[in-house]
Amino acid sequence: MRVWFERHVRNALGALGQLSRAPVATGLTVAVIGIALALPAGLLAAVQGVQRLAGQWEDIRDFSIYLKPGTALEVARKLARELEGSHQVADARVIPAEEALAEFTADPAFGDVLRSLGRNPLPHTVVVRPAPEAAAEDLGKLKTELASRPDIDLVQLDTQWVARLAAMLDLVRRAVWIGTALLVGAVIVIVGNTIRLDIQNRRQEIEVSKLLGATDAFVRRPFLYVGFWYGLLGALVALLLIGAGVLVLRAPLERLMLLYGVQFEGLGITATTAVLVLAGGLTAGAAGAWLAVGRHLAEVQPRV
Amino acid sequence: MIRLDKITKLYAGGREALREVSLDISPGELIFLTGHSGAGKSTILKLLALVERPTRGQLLVDGRNVGRLAPAEIPAYRRQVGMVFQDHKLLEDRSAFDNVALPLVIAGLPRREIDKRVRAALDQVGLLDKERQPPRNLSAGEQQRVGIARAVVGRPRLLIADEPTGNLDADLSLEIMQLFRRFNEVGVTMVIATHDLALAGRINGRHVVLHQGAVRSDEATVTVPAPAAGRGVR
Repeated sequence: MRVWFERHVRNALGALGQLSRAPVATGLTVAVIGIALALPAGLLAAVQGVQRLAGQWEDIRDFSIYLKPGTALEVARKLARELEGSHQVADARVIPAEEALAEFTADPAFGDVLRSLGRNPLPHTVVVRPAPEAAAEDLGKLKTELASRPDIDLVQLDTQWVARLAAMLDLVRRAVWIGTALLVGAVIVIVGNTIRLDIQNRRQEIEVSKLLGATDAFVRRPFLYVGFWYGLLGALVALLLIGAGVLVLRAPLERLMLLYGVQFEGLGITATTAVLVLAGGLTAGAAGAWLAVGRHLAEVQPRV
Repeated sequence: MIRLDKITKLYAGGREALREVSLDISPGELIFLTGHSGAGKSTILKLLALVERPTRGQLLVDGRNVGRLAPAEIPAYRRQVGMVFQDHKLLEDRSAFDNVALPLVIAGLPRREIDKRVRAALDQVGLLDKERQPPRNLSAGEQQRVGIARAVVGRPRLLIADEPTGNLDADLSLEIMQLFRRFNEVGVTMVIATHDLALAGRINGRHVVLHQGAVRSDEATVTVPAPAAGRGVR
């Protein structure tokens, strides 16, 4: 048992030493693996972050009732009182046109445009928050009924874009998964090819070892450790790259999210991401090594 | 201990390297296989190393037909056979010590035991002071002695050597042969293939002469007095 453990430690360190003796070649291979892993992992993390965000919004079933321009504020107040009387509605709040205008004017993005108009283009609005127990079907009926009233211009479901975004994200996520599969495949090929060359370079060592009675497992082990290190180092490089990306993107993204009125803290390397990248790197490294070793070691038979 | 029983070896392409060769090897013997190139010396060694398998006939070791061993059983068999090669097959990127240690590392011995036995083997071939040197820093004769240390360090039951002096001059060749003789005297069974009849003739042992894949003669010889300087070997 101790000998077995010692042998593995020696093999693992030996493989690491072998890699460190060719720092440029090793660095390049590790960098390529790192980039190939960082791309899908970063994209997946981003998609997941946005999805979490969209998930927060999906529960919101608020809708806005825009009255026709020129309708009296009293009509809006009456409508709000009427809606609050309904058991399907938890809350109905009137936003007078002036208030909405003031809010928009304060926003630097819209202020100038609104001021240049010279008049208030905004209608009075009633923001309705349905009661939690209200059925979606009943709400649909209510909305249809409201939309048909003469004073009402438009009934808009605020969450429709969230649903569209979620559907889009689903599509993007699947695309990213395909990309992930391809890039992990690329890592397997990179590691496999590197180890194939390694096997060719160490042909004599393999032949001699086999003549001295080395088992296939003995000959295979150092190469598998090389694959292991490639995977591990590549995964660490990938995490560094993702971390750097997060640092660069965090501030502008938080600003953007603030404009949407949400506190966004989803960006960062989560434990799940780290584990996935490490597992992906190690699996791909070991798989590449295993394939190369399986294909090419058998070709090396001792000649005397 | 080892018995070649009517072994015929055909190589791909139909060349007949051995034709119904029978040979008994007893424990402790020192056997010289001699004959011209292509007589079948190397083929017999390759069979003993299980690098090649007999086409017909049996290779019996302790009564077991090793010619039919499964591939997974071959490594364990080879660990009982020490091998010395004409080109010594040392690994250039390792020190003499690490080269000699390789069979023991393969056998999975603990580090301390490896250290002890490698030093003992290097001492026996007179190279203890060169253990840190890579093979390229050693002379041809020293390289071959490292090769011999590697072959004996695992305490093999059988040592086979294929033209071990092929790259050496007469004096070094004799030195190497005497080294083999010494290991044989402490009980290692040896089969040495050489085309150097004069050299082999100077060592006590059993001389098997092969000719065109068959045994032509098989007799024990006693050393004749060393020939005068300037005569003979190469």
